[in-house]
Amino acid sequence: MSKKLALIASKGTLDWAYPPFILASTAAALDYEVQIFFTFYGLTLLKKDISDLKVSPLGNPGMPMPVPMPNLLQMIPGMELMATMMMKQKIANKGVASIEALRTACLESGVKLIACQMTVDLFDFKPEDFVEGIEFGGAATFFEFAGESDVNLFI
Amino acid sequence: MDFDKELDARGLNCPLPILRCKKALAEITDGQVLKVMATDPGSVKDFQAFCKQTGHELLSLETQEKEFIFHIRKQIKS
Repeated sequence: MSKKLALIASKGTLDWAYPPFILASTAAALDYEVQIFFTFYGLTLLKKDISDLKVSPLGNPGMPMPVPMPNLLQMIPGMELMATMMMKQKIANKGVASIEALRTACLESGVKLIACQMTVDLFDFKPEDFVEGIEFGGAATFFEFAGESDVNLFI
Repeated sequence: MDFDKELDARGLNCPLPILRCKKALAEITDGQVLKVMATDPGSVKDFQAFCKQTGHELLSLETQEKEFIFHIRKQIKS
């Protein structure tokens, strides 16, 4: 019987979109059965169009910057956009996959993507906002699979 | 070394070489050999780990300048 991986994806920024999709697609390649439960801001990663994901240096002193600058300056309008553009450039230059590509790889390899129904209601999302092939469920749905998983991670 | 299929994963970063390799292995028959070329330094450990966990056999691992060449024999499922 194959191993199982259960992930919770709770963050909706460009940088934090990577860990769940990288781990899930790789685990699927290693013949794991995989489920990702998307809750709160993580739900953003299931929207049809995820080309507008952003990364913010504000409040993130660990983010490598080309020029050192006080974190307070990161709140200047346009800084987030600039940081996002630079990050996307770097991603392309270094041969790192796009989030779209990793998400497609997950769907193609049978990773089950579950949208937290409560968050969908909370943020007034509509089912048609999301990419095809996902499911909707709650905490009990997560535990049905997580309870018998070999690896469980909250991201 | 002889091979049945070649995968060029040069310039790709984690986890793409592994994902492409998995796909390429699905396109050959059991016992056939896949040659993979990669430039990601992390791929050396990753391909060893991939083979160990999936049952495919890592026949060889060569380093040529900044390139890594793997030969992987697809697992024969009895």
